[in-house]
Amino acid sequence: MLRFLLGRVALIVPTFVGVTFLAFLLIHLVPGDPIEARVGEHGISEERLAELRHEFGYDQPMWKQFVDYEAQVLKGDFGVSVVTREPVIKEFATLFPATIELSLAAILFAAVFGLPLGVIAAVKRGSAFDYGLMGLSVTGASMPIFWWGLMMILIFSVTLGITPVSGRISDAFFVEPWSGFMTIDCNWSDDEGACRSAWSHIVLPMIVLGTIPLAIIARMTRSSMLEVLNEDYVRTARAKGLSGMRVVIVHALRNALIPVVTVIGLSVSGLLGGAILTETIFSWPGVGHWLVESIARRDYPVLQTGTLLIAVLVILVNLGVDLLYGFLNPRIRR
Amino acid sequence: MTNKAIAAACAVALTAFLGSAQAKTLVYCSEGSPENFNPMISYTGTSFDAQRPIYSQLTGFEYGGTAVVANLAEKWEVSPDGLTFTFHLRKNVKFHSNKNFKPTRNFNADDVLFSFERQWKKENPYFKVSGGGYDYFTDMDMPKLLKSLDKVDDYTVRFVLTEPNAPFVANLAMDFASIQSKEYADALLKMGKPELIDQEPIGTGPFEFVQYVKDATIRYKRFDAYFAAKPKIDTLVFSINKDPAVRVAKLKANECQVSFGPRPADLPDLKADKNINVLAQSGLNIGYIGMNTKKKPFDDVRVRKAMTMVIDQKAILTAVYQGSGQAAKNLIPPTMWSYNDKVPAYKLDIEGAKKLLAEAGYPNGFETDLWAMPVQRPYNPDAKRIAELVQADLAKVGVKAKIVTYEWGDYRKRVQAGEHQMAQLGWTGDNGDPDNFFVPLAACSSKNTAQWCDKEFDDLVTKAVKVSNLAERTKLYMQAQEVMNKQSPYFFIAHSVVYLPMRTNVVGFKQSPFGAHRFDIADLK
Repeated sequence: MLRFLLGRVALIVPTFVGVTFLAFLLIHLVPGDPIEARVGEHGISEERLAELRHEFGYDQPMWKQFVDYEAQVLKGDFGVSVVTREPVIKEFATLFPATIELSLAAILFAAVFGLPLGVIAAVKRGSAFDYGLMGLSVTGASMPIFWWGLMMILIFSVTLGITPVSGRISDAFFVEPWSGFMTIDCNWSDDEGACRSAWSHIVLPMIVLGTIPLAIIARMTRSSMLEVLNEDYVRTARAKGLSGMRVVIVHALRNALIPVVTVIGLSVSGLLGGAILTETIFSWPGVGHWLVESIARRDYPVLQTGTLLIAVLVILVNLGVDLLYGFLNPRIRR
Repeated sequence: MTNKAIAAACAVALTAFLGSAQAKTLVYCSEGSPENFNPMISYTGTSFDAQRPIYSQLTGFEYGGTAVVANLAEKWEVSPDGLTFTFHLRKNVKFHSNKNFKPTRNFNADDVLFSFERQWKKENPYFKVSGGGYDYFTDMDMPKLLKSLDKVDDYTVRFVLTEPNAPFVANLAMDFASIQSKEYADALLKMGKPELIDQEPIGTGPFEFVQYVKDATIRYKRFDAYFAAKPKIDTLVFSINKDPAVRVAKLKANECQVSFGPRPADLPDLKADKNINVLAQSGLNIGYIGMNTKKKPFDDVRVRKAMTMVIDQKAILTAVYQGSGQAAKNLIPPTMWSYNDKVPAYKLDIEGAKKLLAEAGYPNGFETDLWAMPVQRPYNPDAKRIAELVQADLAKVGVKAKIVTYEWGDYRKRVQAGEHQMAQLGWTGDNGDPDNFFVPLAACSSKNTAQWCDKEFDDLVTKAVKVSNLAERTKLYMQAQEVMNKQSPYFFIAHSVVYLPMRTNVVGFKQSPFGAHRFDIADLK
């Protein structure tokens, strides 16, 4: 087990270097620099421009900037935003809970609906329900998030007026951040209705972000269940006279879950990608929204560090999935 | 006590309770995030909007206008030679407080000295804090203009200038001249966290800063000890939404009550909504095409004149500005004092233009470049589309224009260097003084888009800035506009109209000609 773990951890190092290099390279390929991106008609004096470039090290050759950046990161210094001059890690830490909250809600939504739907489809294989569900799941998995989000806002917020348009909570409520999860922190607000407002704000983005994983989980559960339902031990269980429900839930589903867990784990990276779009559509103040805004501002330190931290997270989650997989399926530990 | 008295007492208590429970919150859907919370180191209107509730300046602009009024300074005197400005400060002005700082004294001359010296003197301990770029201070020529700044007593300060400068008092009303607390600065320095002064701001303005959630919301609460008329709303919230469609949706859903400028395409829909008022005001700005007077063929005034006769201004206003533009004929907008309405408007005259071109030696036209900036600006919604329209107009007299564009920073630099023949650009005013348009956009000392330097014009505007008599200044600027019209270094496209949609229950809100959004007078019905 230890060797397995060490092997996986060792893989992180080259991935890390690759990611930082790619993030650095891509950002520097975009024309314009963070200093000039902020200047209006007034212009900026050459002297001041040179001073600012020097302060952030942009007057150095590209390779030196990269090496300096790597060295800085290894020392645990993630740099300062060019625009706000606040430490990037501090900005990340204050915004990240919002992203986690949304992603957790989305994956919970996907699992809570995806698993039972997949199981039912498998049990009622070939029925109208099965075909209908599988057809819908193809649609769901291929839905462009941007379009889907805007349609949901148009229908539920603008036309029907059931849900709010954007944000995490109505601006009328003041919530002191404690856990960073609005649906938890709202309980400490003095204002009545704060929690209702927080929950009503999370519904649409949760559905939008959870749609693709929901479709994938439903399909995966179905095919995995179909396979397991044909196994000998399931037939044995039925022969023992166990109720159909018990056979499906206890004997079949538990074994069918292994590939499903992998799919859920893998969809975390997809979720973070989707969160960037979802957060932008719903003005959800998380790291995705922050990164998109930073592209327009050409805020190199934020973009580099933000990308790096998200990549590290995806790596860690994948590692966690591998470990969990090993736990569920003892055969791969060796 | 009788039943009636009890009932009355209950009613009073209930109203008092309801009154206190119904805090008035006004939400403004803003268009972007501020860079920080100190106007001294900011560049954009978006940042200034977010900082304005917090700070006050020595002088101010009247609500909804450009006239300069008393603010932290109750009154001021100017010496006869126009070099010495003495400001008498208001007494009993309180600063805000926050978790790190409780003020022990009122606002006084030390705070004024600190706020200017921070931007001016390299030896000030705060000069380098937050990057130390005081671009507006530099742009308004303050380092060159200021000779000395002294504290006469606790409530009197004296500025001595190196040369007479009439717009100086208006400059001090601008956001960069906001007053920070010296006591707060000293306390932060002691704590070893000087940069907090620009992130957790303390000012004397109508609202106290409460919380900023990056790229999402900024929250303020009414400052009850504010020295001027207290705001009528309790809580002010900026809800940051970059997408104009989302801002419109939020306004319609009453999630915000006032919203930043909509897209021209959204206007009919907003105007049709009976819960929404749309205010409109011509902006303090100008969008133009500069013709490079240092390059052929635009060194010939006849060619420049001919261009103004073939470009269809009305078509541009209809197609690009879609009703949000006002035809321009002068460099300054008509709302500004000294606007010369006698200057003739552009008239389409293709034959006349052909004649002028033939006289200048271009009977068959010529080839030119035509630059279009890559970004949308307040005074120009779509430079590329304008370039296409102008290109078609110029073709009518045989002029072949090639459309050119660069990345924004590069564009500005190349235009300043005069690499172009024809280039679009524009300007948004800062202090409501004509000097703020004429000098940066047309004086010999500027790197103006037309690369224009006309002795007669330059003498007029240089003289105007040194005269303090308003009538005399007005006369000089009027003359300058006539000279400019005769020489036509620019084709003036439009002054854009700025729209501001708000819910009908918002009362007392006035648009600022500077494009600023101020909420200290607004109320909710």
